[in-house]
Amino acid sequence: MTQMLLETDGLTVRFGGHVAVDAVSCGFRAGELTAIVGPNGAGKTTYFNLISGQITVSAGTVRLMGEDVTRDPVATRCHKGLGRAFQLTNLFPDLTVLENVRLVIQARRKMGFNLFSMAASHTKLSAAAMAVLERVRLQDLAEQKVSALSHGNQRKLEVAILIALEPAVYMFDEPTAGMSVDEAPVVLDLIAELKADTERTILLVEHKMDVIRSLADRIIVLHNGALAADGDPATVMASDVVQEAYMGRDLADV
Amino acid sequence: MLMNLISGDRPRSLVLTILLLGILAALALAPFLFPGVRSLETAARICIFIVLVASYDLLLGYSGIVSFAHTMFFGLGAYGVALASTHMGRGFDALIVGTLAGAFAAAILALLIGLFSLRVRAIFFAMITLAVASAVAVLVSQLSGFTGGEDGLNYSIPRELTPAFKLGKLFGVTINGKLLNYYLVFFASLALFLLMLRIVNSPFGRVLKAIRENDFRAEAIGYRVVLYRTLATCLSAAVAALAGSLFAIWLRYVGPATTLSFEIMLDILLMVVIGGMGTMYGAVIGTTIFVLAQNYLQNLMGVAAGATEGLPLIPQLLDPDRWLLWLGVLFILSVYFFPTGIVGRLRAEN
Repeated sequence: MTQMLLETDGLTVRFGGHVAVDAVSCGFRAGELTAIVGPNGAGKTTYFNLISGQITVSAGTVRLMGEDVTRDPVATRCHKGLGRAFQLTNLFPDLTVLENVRLVIQARRKMGFNLFSMAASHTKLSAAAMAVLERVRLQDLAEQKVSALSHGNQRKLEVAILIALEPAVYMFDEPTAGMSVDEAPVVLDLIAELKADTERTILLVEHKMDVIRSLADRIIVLHNGALAADGDPATVMASDVVQEAYMGRDLADV
Repeated sequence: MLMNLISGDRPRSLVLTILLLGILAALALAPFLFPGVRSLETAARICIFIVLVASYDLLLGYSGIVSFAHTMFFGLGAYGVALASTHMGRGFDALIVGTLAGAFAAAILALLIGLFSLRVRAIFFAMITLAVASAVAVLVSQLSGFTGGEDGLNYSIPRELTPAFKLGKLFGVTINGKLLNYYLVFFASLALFLLMLRIVNSPFGRVLKAIRENDFRAEAIGYRVVLYRTLATCLSAAVAALAGSLFAIWLRYVGPATTLSFEIMLDILLMVVIGGMGTMYGAVIGTTIFVLAQNYLQNLMGVAAGATEGLPLIPQLLDPDRWLLWLGVLFILSVYFFPTGIVGRLRAEN
């Protein structure tokens, strides 16, 4: 059996009386793309936030390559291999496109506390950042300020940042949300490319069924914060629980 | 070479370049261009405040941290020199020990405040700095046996830095210890300013900007935001303390009113805002304008009031006693017309 890169064990978070994520135990193997589906408010993004550390867990553990990271701060988890892209675009708006990616590479090379050299003199960082931008086809906009980019290009940059992190666990939260039909394939092709790397695992929150069908090796369904189904796409999509929880009864009836 | 000195941070505006070079030349040649005690006092004050204001810009403009304790760090450096000179006797060793001790104490205090309060919301940090700064100011005025209380401390500095040390004349200007003292202040200030310019253009400086823009994402790409903010606070505090030490060496006197008062804190804030936050060069422009206005607006108004004598009302409005009113008007106008500061405005025109 291949190694579990990421495991959550009884992962739970409560906000007051509301249980947003309810004892989710799940493992993610290397070389696998897992789509996480569920209706709005099912706890998909909250589950992501617990894994990457933006929200403190109420109970349960997160293990990354066997190591318990439940109490680690976000930045530490990032260095250990958890990479996260956000659903709502979450960039450095006043910096250039290149600088957004360059900062990621600088973080990975642990150069942030370098106080007395000129940032501009580290040309290798810029070159590496440029190479990432070429993968998402943003190279021509490298010197633009992020706030001047179109929504679609901002989404691509969001993906570029995740790629630049080269994490063991890629976490995409609706990467193509709000992208036009001709822009989305760039991002989807990239995710397909990343899938080829058998050392890593990809978690993908996605609503679009055609995307899930073409990319996912496995689907897990969250419903009211709990794990409602887990299995290969064909089985899960056909199961009652998905028809009920995700598609809604009405659709299932049609 | 030159690009290396200014860390590749070009002024990016012709007018700004000319202004900066003009200020640099004027300060470098101040004893020869503007002889006289008062103008030299003003020039030294400009040098020292450029460093102080730039170190505040490192916090406010580059890191987005609001602190009201900057004069406290300034005061720590000044009192460091004063206490060392009082207790160790006059000598360069006392100046060095006092300066280092002041900077070290400032960095440690900043570290403590930072670790306690930078994790939480920005407003909480601002309030903590206000509380600590007030407490220190009260302590300094109460512990009069140690700090001289409200009267402050007078002390001797090495003779080589005082007017009593005479070397002769150059271009009709007496070369004495006071002039050497001025050049100590000038070159130390220049070095500290260039050091800060380097820090804001370093990989660390880039992280600070990223945190200012979006601390949430900075953490998510692997930067421990609290550590970066704390280090920025410590650096800023240490540089402010060094500026305070220079001030103490220059004045040969420290007191709560000249180093710790809240008015100075407000002046620093205004200088940063007028010059342009997050630009470093804004500190140079803002400080020069502000200190010149503080020192010479009154004279200028006296002249203007004299010239308009005989006209109704205008001489009364221009009376030198009302200089603070006009200073206030100048600030409101400058903030209204240059919301991004003078440097921001000049750069936007390109």
